Amino acid sequence: MSDFHTFEFTTPLTDEDIRKVHIGDVIYLTGDVVTGRDDVHHRVVKDNREVPVDLAGKAIFHAGPIMQKIGDDKFKVVSVGPTTSMRMESAEAEFLAKTGVKLIIGKGGMGPKTTQGCIDNCAVHTIFPGGCAVVAAEEVLDVEGVEWADLGMPEAMWKLKVKGFGPLIVSIDSYGGNLIEDNKKLFNQRKEEQLEALSGKLDFLH
Amino acid sequence: MAYDNAKCEELSELLTSFICHAAGHLPDDVKARLTEMSKIEDEGFAPAIYDVMKKNMELADSLGRPSCQDTGIPQFFVRVGCDWPYLAEIEPALVEAVKKATVKAPLRHNAVEVFDEYNTGNNIGHRVPWIDWEIVGDSDALEVYFYMAGGGCSLPGMAKVLMPLEGYDGIARLVFDQMTSYGVNACPPCLVGIGIAGSAEVAAKLSKKALLRPVGSHNPNPKAAKMESDIEEGLNKIGLGPGGFGGKLSVMGVNIEQAARHPATLAMGLSTACWAHRRAKIVINPDMTYDFATHKGVTL
Repeated sequence: MSDFHTFEFTTPLTDEDIRKVHIGDVIYLTGDVVTGRDDVHHRVVKDNREVPVDLAGKAIFHAGPIMQKIGDDKFKVVSVGPTTSMRMESAEAEFLAKTGVKLIIGKGGMGPKTTQGCIDNCAVHTIFPGGCAVVAAEEVLDVEGVEWADLGMPEAMWKLKVKGFGPLIVSIDSYGGNLIEDNKKLFNQRKEEQLEALSGKLDFLH
Repeated sequence: MAYDNAKCEELSELLTSFICHAAGHLPDDVKARLTEMSKIEDEGFAPAIYDVMKKNMELADSLGRPSCQDTGIPQFFVRVGCDWPYLAEIEPALVEAVKKATVKAPLRHNAVEVFDEYNTGNNIGHRVPWIDWEIVGDSDALEVYFYMAGGGCSLPGMAKVLMPLEGYDGIARLVFDQMTSYGVNACPPCLVGIGIAGSAEVAAKLSKKALLRPVGSHNPNPKAAKMESDIEEGLNKIGLGPGGFGGKLSVMGVNIEQAARHPATLAMGLSTACWAHRRAKIVINPDMTYDFATHKGVTL
């Protein structure tokens, strides 16, 4: 990872912060992170509902955590890793425009609509290593509250305070770069070579 | 035989501990394969990703927490011996164990009722936990395979009925296409389960059963074993790496299970398990002694 840069950012994030980073860079984030996945995107973009949290300059985390109630209206994060970002592809660009979110945290890549959305709204998509939910939970300082709790534990908007949250690997930058789409092109090229190499080896028919 | 409440309770307590342990600890074979792979993946992002994965496994263990927030839809694959004496107690014990583990582990609430679209809040729903039954002759044991079917690793799932002349190559192409698209987002390195049969639902179910076989095990049919190795080698040369960031390898392995097909159909099913492949197997005897087969040396 020596060719890439590491940044420590604090919310609210500015255009200047976002312009500094390129695909492959790593961010450690301190400040406000709010979870939101399928249902939140559906409510904000498809149902056009008012967002109950001011997300400007903050990070949206594609994640459905395990939460434990530890008192009246007080929760503790047990595990909170990223979910598959691609599920939000159809809605994310509009979500960025409506909310002013500057940083998306998820897993796996996102497609061309989100790439354009990151250019238009000066935002980035980043990847937290998938399946590493206890590491992530340990970087959450506090659960400030929950909105749209009626959506259930995984789909609600959980408001988190984080410190040194990462590694967040930049997969889409504000210049149109898309790390995972680049990787996929390479994977698909190699796939054709490997299928060619397999040809004839699996001919079990008579 | 009369329904035995006390036995049901005893069984559900044991299964609750079994589920809670499985949520926080990968099986021995998966841990061993990930360690092997981490030694080979020495370039680019891969070493850093493997470091975080390792740290996560250690933290989940020391803090006693589910290692991934997506504890999945609970699925049980039950093989019950003909001479197991508490047949009626099995399903209530499994349902009760899921309810208890949801609070104790704790597990994420993952059962969303279809059409009515609400989360039941306790991982119990219509036909959930999903229970698959097999009857085994000449045995008095209860074998329970537990699988946490997460969303990310369920997304690449598919089944398709091919025409025989599309051949086994046609199956390989579908697997490769799926692994270089959906597979990239499914927390690789994945274990790939392939089912081959005469119709879609049999192939799909066998693809999931293939995931229950240990990493590194092979199909007893030499041609099937060869197909497992050939596809594994081909996928590895694509180099998805951990998390899809690129690397020297792609998958933990490829397991294939088959059922005889119809002369006119060649159906395939695909299921994938993420690197955090939380599969667990316990063999329980009528006196409630047990062998925790996937997690050796663990006392529940």
